[in-house]
Amino acid sequence: MKMSGAEMLLESLKREHVQHIFGYPGGVVLPIFDALFKDPSLQVVLTRHEQGAVHAAEGYARSTNKVGVVLVTSGPGATNTVTGLADANMDSIPLVVITGQVPTKMIGNDAFQEADIVGISRSCTKHNFLVRRIQDLPRIIKEAFYIARTGRPGPVLVDLPKDVIVDKGDFIYPDSVSIRSYNPTMQGNRWQIRKAAQAISKAKRPVIYAGGGIISSDATKELLDLVTLTNIPTTLTLMGLGALSGTHPRFMGMLGMHGTYAANMAIHHCDLLIAVGVRFDDRVTGKISEFSPHSKVIHIDIDPTSIRKNFHVDIPIVGDAKNILKDLIEEIKEINKPEPPSKDKLIDTWIEQVDEWEKEHPLTYEHDTDVIKPQYVIEKVYQFTQGDCIVSTDVGQHQMWTAQFFKFIKPNTWLTSGGLGTMGYGFPAAIGAQKAHPDKRVIAITGEGSFMMNIQELATVASLDIPVKIVILNNKYLGMVRQWQEFFYGGRYSSSFIGQSPDFVKLAEAFGIVGLKASRHDEVENVILDGFSRRGPVLMEFHVDPEENVFPMVPAGGSNIEMIFEAPEHRDDRKKRDSILTA
Amino acid sequence: MSEIQKHFIQVVVENKFGVLSRVAGLFSARGFNIDSLSVAPGIDPTVSQMTIETQGDDHVVEQIVKQLNKLIDVIKVVDLSEFSFLCRETLLIRVNTARPGDREEAFRISEIFRARIVDSSPATYTIEVTGDTEKIEAILNFLKPLGIKEIIRSGKIAIAREEQHGGHRPSKHSIEGEYSHHR
Ligand SMILES: Cc1ncc(C[n+]2csc(CCOP(=O)(O)OP(=O)(O)O)c2C)c(N)n1
Ligand SMILES: [Mg+2]
Repeated sequence: MKMSGAEMLLESLKREHVQHIFGYPGGVVLPIFDALFKDPSLQVVLTRHEQGAVHAAEGYARSTNKVGVVLVTSGPGATNTVTGLADANMDSIPLVVITGQVPTKMIGNDAFQEADIVGISRSCTKHNFLVRRIQDLPRIIKEAFYIARTGRPGPVLVDLPKDVIVDKGDFIYPDSVSIRSYNPTMQGNRWQIRKAAQAISKAKRPVIYAGGGIISSDATKELLDLVTLTNIPTTLTLMGLGALSGTHPRFMGMLGMHGTYAANMAIHHCDLLIAVGVRFDDRVTGKISEFSPHSKVIHIDIDPTSIRKNFHVDIPIVGDAKNILKDLIEEIKEINKPEPPSKDKLIDTWIEQVDEWEKEHPLTYEHDTDVIKPQYVIEKVYQFTQGDCIVSTDVGQHQMWTAQFFKFIKPNTWLTSGGLGTMGYGFPAAIGAQKAHPDKRVIAITGEGSFMMNIQELATVASLDIPVKIVILNNKYLGMVRQWQEFFYGGRYSSSFIGQSPDFVKLAEAFGIVGLKASRHDEVENVILDGFSRRGPVLMEFHVDPEENVFPMVPAGGSNIEMIFEAPEHRDDRKKRDSILTA
Repeated sequence: MSEIQKHFIQVVVENKFGVLSRVAGLFSARGFNIDSLSVAPGIDPTVSQMTIETQGDDHVVEQIVKQLNKLIDVIKVVDLSEFSFLCRETLLIRVNTARPGDREEAFRISEIFRARIVDSSPATYTIEVTGDTEKIEAILNFLKPLGIKEIIRSGKIAIAREEQHGGHRPSKHSIEGEYSHHR
């Protein structure tokens, strides 16, 4: 039986076990939406903006490790996906984004709603395809899913011209994929792993620095096994939070610009750095020439380009983190066989040192009952949920406070925009996660600035009754911008005051969902209790201390051990400001 | 940091729509240089052969090779600078031959460089010459006094010398054992 391109697409998606599509209709994709109307086995989540659809698919993907799927129209529909594509590309989130395109014969003619989305998205996707013939469609969809989820995951865009969508052909779905030019290395080199195991067994001051790769490769069990076996103090990147429980005694907290004192000190003083599923991002390393200056470096990553891109490596191991950690644990056990207990003693003083650093500068803030401290709200949300929930954030101070003060117990429960730092990511990401986990509590913690960037999705949660809980930490400022202006730009708050936000409670009500507000410290707990015990979507707004800052902070371009714990005294401190301007 | 050196990189890619722009886009997006580039289909018509002339220190060239390999449509990447290799380019040059003696001079120079006169008009010769960069620069110098009307220069192409191909020299772009197997 002949099938149309639209029908073939849906059949292919089903073969890939897709259940949800985040999308928005328009001219050239109408035949696909028509086919979806007739086929209820694929559920469309209609967002109110294509950017929202992509972030929702990202939240879906990050919370499940499955591929998120997006369907939008040509031209503006396609260009509206670009920020989401770039975000997913930076954070290695597997997506298949399907865009409509004008008919093949009209491509290049500046047809109505034509955009060269394959050209536009080339540098912000893992790969992209233009389907030129209907007989290629099933194979390309199969390859798109395969490329998106294997190796270092990422977004794949498939551009479907109108004529291919309506053409008819025979549907033959391939059973397997073989792309001669694409073979991600999965197993680590055994010799290298042995060398790594030997280095680990000899190290006196080792540190594990793990990231999002642990979550992508589903290696949390192996990471925990390694930490249990070796007792090595461990720090996680922003993307890695949840890879080791936030309550684990060896967890030192996040590292980097707003990392903990203990984590940054440990990285600086360690003699062995075990980097797994990380890419030595500049927000993590600070001044690279002063990052971890005394250590031998093991770097495990599936992406060969991550290795030695920013930082020297002594023992590189390319491959899947899960496989490599498994082999590494075996090798360490083999080495330890003759005399197992001495190992722990070797690093005992190191662990004591880390504990001391933790006591010296724990994560903290000034408790105050005259105002609502944003960190206090996050602590209360954590206490209420006990971490049994999925949390997304936007970008800014609230993001860093959540990373610091919320304890992520499990992987795939923390959704944030790390590499691109995309304001507007958090709320739609929560919608996607909630779709994947209808029975889980999903919370979007956001700022009044970021929330405005995808606020239209309130209509999505209202109309589909998606019970996301929104926590707005309203500090009346683009807080992170204000903090930098306070510290490094003489306190000149240029374009960072946004006190004229709408009345979010009324706005929630206008969209048809419940809105609650706390303006005083003693209202916080009640709002949380009330908001979280309601069934549907709820918006909770907290009027927090406007000039609260995120500490510790490593000024951009500074060395990670030059953390500051209070606002710089002299606002015109030349040296600091110059270093920031040249960073 | 190692010093900046010239490198010739051979890239075998899928002979597909848009692959050239993926490769070129990679170089511009990551701030790598392309000094010359030549592309043509291989004997197997499903692949294309590229020779890219670039420069950088060891660290940059390692990234170039790895980033090229990461492109889905790239089948194979070889940094020829790790081998002994031959490099050629072709020049089409149109010189003035209006004055008496010019034609003889152009003819003589062409003989010396084993170049060919491929087109002529009453006032010009068009000369084709193939060789390594030194030879091309040399003939250019000789022809200059005649007055050059136009020059078209091809990108460079390069090939490793036979006995070295598939040799055991490990790539200096990855520490031995970084991969479990070679692509
Ligand atoms: C799309 C986008 N535009 C601009 C920025 C730069 N930026 C980073 S944080 C920030 C302020 C965010 O304000 P808000 O959402 O209120 O969070 P707060 O820092 O106040 O908690 C801005 C403007 C960004 N990250 N993303
Ligand atoms: Mg704010």
